[in-house]
Amino acid sequence: MFRLRDKYAIAGVGETAYSKDSGTTVLNLAVEACLKAANDAGVDVKDVDGIVSYNFGDSAPAMAVATALGIPDVGYAVDFAGGGNAANLITLSAAAAMEAGLARNVLCFRAMNGRSGFRLGGGRQMQARGITQHTAPYGWITYPQAMAMWARRHMIEYGTSAEHLGQIAITFRDNAALNERAMQRTPITMDDYMASRFIVEPFRMLDICLESDGACAVLMTDAERARDMAKPPVYLMGGAYGGGPNQGEDLFDAIRWPDHSKNYAAFIADDLWASAGVGPKDIDVAEIYDCFTYSVIMQLEGLGFIKPGDGGPYCASGAIARDGALPVNTHGGLLSEAYIHGFNHVLEAVRQLRGEAGPGQVAGAEVALTTAGAMTCGSAMVLRN
Amino acid sequence: MNEFSKPIPVADADSATYWEGCREGRLLIQRCSECETLRFPPNRICAACHSDKVKWVEASGKGRVYSWIVVNHPVPREVYGDDVPYAVALIELEEGVRMVSNVIGCDPHAIAADMSVEVVFESGGEGVVLPKFQPMAG
Ligand SMILES: [Zn+2]
Repeated sequence: MFRLRDKYAIAGVGETAYSKDSGTTVLNLAVEACLKAANDAGVDVKDVDGIVSYNFGDSAPAMAVATALGIPDVGYAVDFAGGGNAANLITLSAAAAMEAGLARNVLCFRAMNGRSGFRLGGGRQMQARGITQHTAPYGWITYPQAMAMWARRHMIEYGTSAEHLGQIAITFRDNAALNERAMQRTPITMDDYMASRFIVEPFRMLDICLESDGACAVLMTDAERARDMAKPPVYLMGGAYGGGPNQGEDLFDAIRWPDHSKNYAAFIADDLWASAGVGPKDIDVAEIYDCFTYSVIMQLEGLGFIKPGDGGPYCASGAIARDGALPVNTHGGLLSEAYIHGFNHVLEAVRQLRGEAGPGQVAGAEVALTTAGAMTCGSAMVLRN
Repeated sequence: MNEFSKPIPVADADSATYWEGCREGRLLIQRCSECETLRFPPNRICAACHSDKVKWVEASGKGRVYSWIVVNHPVPREVYGDDVPYAVALIELEEGVRMVSNVIGCDPHAIAADMSVEVVFESGGEGVVLPKFQPMAG
């Protein structure tokens, strides 16, 4: 279990504009976000000695970014091969690396030309070898196709409905309307949702996240140093990564997963809350990985905010709205702000805890949750101000 | 439609017997010789007991629909444009293991949870035969 409660902190955040076509390289996006994060913390980037990221072979390697930033002495540079599941794993690993003495100031980033370049929303490789010999020949190729299988099972098990999913999309769009960074800010109604065309049933277009070009970065350091930096520290209380047995051979493979009505979140909940020393009732704002609408339901259930099966009605009740019991995805999420593979959720949590979230600010937010992942593996953190 | 632009399964050391079985119209799954655990997809080592001793057993070919999707938007369009809407399902075989396949022989929108299905073998191109599933007769 993660046991570095309050010892490390996020001291700076930085991001590029989010767009459909950045017009530049992923390396340049990464460098821009990292420089902004260091500047936000008031740290000379030459004093950064650790850098960590995650990608699907669609980004700039950590070492390349360190080189472009002119970092003189890199003690920790790691690229995790992973998708959204890794978004909170890199920050946990940065804390672990600092605890081990490998680095003192660590930049964590995700950079992608996810719309103009490598589009995750399209097909995976059309090869059928290894695990995909048992999936791809049946026309089961894209992430929306993979995850629709999970959403359907939740519907079978609990009666989760299109209206439940639709209200999640509507709620996040309402939040995005207040967020000038968001790529989709025009409010939508239930009629709009129902009229949105099916991509892969049970998913309509509005159940599926955006595709974006952009980059996000945070600068992490130990709590003591963070207190002397330019912005108030956001402390890392706890976190967890995992998903139990039978996670499969890659992110897509869930053939051996026993119960598709629950995802990784159910397996990391105990460690997450124990590591942070708080529970679901203590969370003021939650930035929940929303590559698809359904994943919000499974994560809220798995992490114990509500019991399995209640997620659809709960999300449709207004509880996850900005003025509800648990404000979720106050920036608009991957569905409406941008798809920076879940790392934009971390930045939003920091903004909320600093009181810098603008019109979308949740009054008095002191403890925030971020999550990352939608299927068999994922990660989460609890942050506080 | 260009049948051969679809992904053709590439057999490997673990799966060759399985694909050979499909060519013979038999759905073969592995059973650990030590602990009797059935497993799919095929691989070398039993995850339960780590034995590499394995028997191939012929599944009944009967199962149920555990979950399913209906693909409306073809990706890539040039390959699947003529096929949509088509159904992909997680099939739970009577024996207990699950596999991914297509449900054919019915309107994709007629598929329901726990629907009983049985295996039927279809060409997958280039001499490969794929196990697919259709609603159980009667
Ligand atoms: Zn065994």
